[in-house]
Amino acid sequence: MKKHLIGRPVPRKEGRAKVTGQARYVDDLVFPGMLYGATVRSRVPRGRIKGISFGEGIPWHEFTIVTAKDIPGENYVALIAHDQPYLADGAVNHSEEPVVLLAHPEKYLLEEARRAVQLEIEALRPTFTIEDSLNKKEIIWGEDNLFKSYSVEKGNVDEVWARADFIVEGEYRTGAQEQLYIETNGMIAVAIPEKGVTVWGSMQCPYYVHKALMALFGLPADKVRVIQSETGGGFGGKEEYPSMIAGHAALLAWKSGKPVKIIYDRAEDMAATTKRHPSRTRHRTAVSKDGKLLGMEIDFVIDGGAYTTLSPVVLSRGTIHAPGPYFCPNVRIRSRAVATNAPPHGAFRGFGAPQSIFALERHLNRVARAIGLTPEEFRRRNFIQPGQTTATGQVIRENVNMNHLLERALVLSDYHAKTARFARENSGQRRKKGMGFASFMHGAGFTGSGEQYLASVVELEATPQGRVRVLAASTEIGQGTNTIFSQIAADALGLDYDSIEILKPDTASVPNSGPTVASRTCMVVGKLVEAAALGLQQTLVGSGYLPEGYTPAGFERACKRYIESHGPLKSSSQYQPPPGIHWDDATYYGDAYGTYAWAVYVAEVTVDTVTFEIEVNDFVAVQEVGKVIHPVLAAGQIEGGVAQAIGYALYENVVWNEGRMFNSQMTNYIMPTAVDVPPIRVFFEELPYSYGPAGAKGLGELPMDGAAPAIVNAIENATGVSIHHIPVMPESLMEALAVTEKAVERA
Amino acid sequence: MRSYVPAYELRAPQSLEAALELLEREPDVWRPLAGGTDLMVLFEAGKLTHRKFLSIWKLSELKGVEVTPEHVTLGALTTYTQVQAHAVLQREFPLLCQAARETGGIATQNRGTLAGNIVNGSPAADSPPALLVYDAQIELVSARGSRWVPYQGFHTGYKTMVLRPEEIIRRIRLPRTKQGWRQYYRKVGTRKAQAISKVCFAGSAQMQHNTIRDIRMALGSVAPIVLRCARTEAALRSQKVSAGAFAAAKEVLAQEITPIDDMRSTAAYRLRVAQNLLEEFLLQLQNNGGDESHRGLAAAES
Ligand SMILES: Cc1cc2nc3c(=O)[nH]c(=O)nc-3n(C[C@H](O)[C@H](O)[C@H](O)COP(=O)(O)OP(=O)(O)OC[C@H]3O[C@@H](n4cnc5c(N)ncnc54)[C@H](O)[C@@H]3O)c2cc1C
Repeated sequence: MKKHLIGRPVPRKEGRAKVTGQARYVDDLVFPGMLYGATVRSRVPRGRIKGISFGEGIPWHEFTIVTAKDIPGENYVALIAHDQPYLADGAVNHSEEPVVLLAHPEKYLLEEARRAVQLEIEALRPTFTIEDSLNKKEIIWGEDNLFKSYSVEKGNVDEVWARADFIVEGEYRTGAQEQLYIETNGMIAVAIPEKGVTVWGSMQCPYYVHKALMALFGLPADKVRVIQSETGGGFGGKEEYPSMIAGHAALLAWKSGKPVKIIYDRAEDMAATTKRHPSRTRHRTAVSKDGKLLGMEIDFVIDGGAYTTLSPVVLSRGTIHAPGPYFCPNVRIRSRAVATNAPPHGAFRGFGAPQSIFALERHLNRVARAIGLTPEEFRRRNFIQPGQTTATGQVIRENVNMNHLLERALVLSDYHAKTARFARENSGQRRKKGMGFASFMHGAGFTGSGEQYLASVVELEATPQGRVRVLAASTEIGQGTNTIFSQIAADALGLDYDSIEILKPDTASVPNSGPTVASRTCMVVGKLVEAAALGLQQTLVGSGYLPEGYTPAGFERACKRYIESHGPLKSSSQYQPPPGIHWDDATYYGDAYGTYAWAVYVAEVTVDTVTFEIEVNDFVAVQEVGKVIHPVLAAGQIEGGVAQAIGYALYENVVWNEGRMFNSQMTNYIMPTAVDVPPIRVFFEELPYSYGPAGAKGLGELPMDGAAPAIVNAIENATGVSIHHIPVMPESLMEALAVTEKAVERA
Repeated sequence: MRSYVPAYELRAPQSLEAALELLEREPDVWRPLAGGTDLMVLFEAGKLTHRKFLSIWKLSELKGVEVTPEHVTLGALTTYTQVQAHAVLQREFPLLCQAARETGGIATQNRGTLAGNIVNGSPAADSPPALLVYDAQIELVSARGSRWVPYQGFHTGYKTMVLRPEEIIRRIRLPRTKQGWRQYYRKVGTRKAQAISKVCFAGSAQMQHNTIRDIRMALGSVAPIVLRCARTEAALRSQKVSAGAFAAAKEVLAQEITPIDDMRSTAAYRLRVAQNLLEEFLLQLQNNGGDESHRGLAAAES
């Protein structure tokens, strides 16, 4: 039996179909008699619907028109809370809220019709900022505008202030960010009252859509079928929103009796679908003379937009990551997700952690400066060590060595020599250079007891030809699910890469392996693939068909004989928490994640003081991620994540106008291009994790966390100006530099 | 696609004459469509209010670059790709080549035309500052004849211009009088490619020892039209390059431009960066000394 695929850059499973154009995305699918659907949106951030009228010049009788009253089941998108309607009924809580759905065979006419629908909405006073929401200027959600709050307590932080040698405070803000997957959101639905509802589309989480459609139509599980079509990227943006579009397409299909396709164009996708939560973090930190953290008090707030959606879980991850990879005996974290009248913010790679880690890694540089240590020395003295506990009381059991990662990253980036050189050469230069870094970690899999609730299942089935099919709801969204599952199954069974088939996620045929989010697909679901593969092997060995040291041909013979005499050969595996993992949701105490990936990122930047533009010139990403299953895909994840984080830090500014995204075009929402992104140098450390497949951990979100603070730390190093928000647009850097110039003049 | 496609009409006349006749017969009904790189964006967004277009893309009368001892004359359909590839333009009109290189991506450079850039009338367009610095002239033709107008003065306000509905641009002419002038171009758009200018600066100066004998400057995105900064030029003409002259010029520039806040940037940023670019341009004149034969091309930097 050979094991030879894990750790090797095998070709992508679906790569050939993608590069030859054979892969079918939802907009490639055409059904006979299909209609196109469109959404009429509120355009008012908060108000009451008084009337809907249909303007002149449109043959309305040809249209299928759906409003809230046409909904057969429940009018909410079933997820965590049941507050977000599929179609506004009475109240409107953000400007992109769907109110009316239209369908017609001709898509151009549909656009004319969308423009001709007039909504009469009585406006109410909206809330747009975290401050206004916290201050309850208006109550726009529930009793207090709070979707969720958490508090984490470790030690007794109240006692440390009196004996601290230094107390450093700071406030940090991060902006919204658009996922910008290449393929916009889209769905096709067929819905026939007697038969049920089937949807095809671009998505990360087929069973989320499944659950939402069951409630929307009041149908049992077997009457709802969700099929993932080839998906062109997600980044979290296709975690929850597909449930909305799928429901809309299905409502139109239900009423018209015809298949209905809804594809958002880029402008609609950018404006109406979820973005990363804006945040505000306040830190108060107590430190001793010798540079040890004594206490941390953290107040973390995220703007959830108009409805709950995933905010409680985003908040949870942001909260747990807020104290970073450091040991501190006394910690208090208070966190809140607040309502505003913006379209709901949602999942985006990193899921709350990039926000709180930005704040922390900027703040620690400030703390280091206040106590007179270099940023690296201050961190060295405080990195968490094996055996120590995190803020939630989790004992670090793995052999974490953040000091080693830091040293390696500083050497690889030539940090010390360059900082010294830039300090010498910057003065009098219009282009100033600087170095900065950030140290951080990212928990893999669902937070707390999340994985236990999910209780994911994967099934493997062997054919008489000795081929093995993987049945899972985990989606390929460009990140490599199909490829790594094949590597894992093939190695566990000693088979060739090509003898593994990955079934397309279809809720009628695959078990629920959970959502494709939270860096869990490789570590959690991959482990189930491995376990199910071993189960398959045991069945064959146990039944006497498979000898020790078998060959692929022997495997094929065994499958054939087994199936002939016993019927289908299947094996399934369900998630079991690693031994000794405990989490208490009530006290927010325990093992927040099974394990973490650890990293240190270093950025080199140039700040042009003529144009205030900032350029990242070099980027070193060092991380410990357990066993690397596929080196090219893994490095690709890091490079892509860092590029996305460079956008988050320096380019991508959502301009809000009365709660609507004003710059919902790629022309004016500036993401970095290939020429703006530097070489990203990726280095892995591999400490195998016992509960991941072949020792792998999660890594997809990790690179989103550290790049922004590393870059802003580098800006400070280059200019001496401490900036506390992202994105650092040239306009805001100009203001920050002007403030400093004034301060210097006064002094 | 947010436009109702059946409501639009496109014709493709086989000759310039036929095109001009159509424009003459039904002025304001038909408009030219050249590379379509501005028009198609509006079309996609459902914002193209005009409905009838005539494609001029195939008209050979509007193509080609002609070089005479006095002028380089560019057909209206000259694309950014063609601008960059032309040896005489590279040598004598580097600001235009750099503008072309920094316009859009390769696809846009292959389709986008100079006349389209001019008539689209965006204050953020990147070639007009270079054209103004080079004292470009424009030939407008109609069925009734043709006229040459200086490019300076062509735009009369935001998206308004001296072009009549029955006219189209046939050629753009650049006098070959700027040899030996120092040249500077910088487009500021936050990212390095596919950017819409927040500020764009083109400048050229004729130096004699340490004195600015003559100077041209034009800026994009700081006024309703791409602006030739004649008052700032006047403040610098015949001046020795010095810190005092720079400071005075920056003040005049601040009076001359009228930047605004919009979704892309702020008035304060545009003003400050415009001044900084002016300073960078002037410092370059100073740093390169007063040697007239030396072409200190910022344009050659990238
Ligand atoms: C992705 C992208 C990136 C871009 N980047 C830039 C950039 O960086 N800088 C920049 O300046 N622009 C940019 N543009 C805008 C555009 O490419 C340019 O303005 C281009 O020069 C327009 O030329 P065209 O031939 O495509 O014009 P068209 O779209 O065909 O026409 C534009 C206007 O000019 C009129 N017109 C065209 N030719 C004539 C003529 N001969 N006589 C009279 N009227 C005429 C048309 O009627 C129309 O009103 C970009 C566009 C896109 C799509």
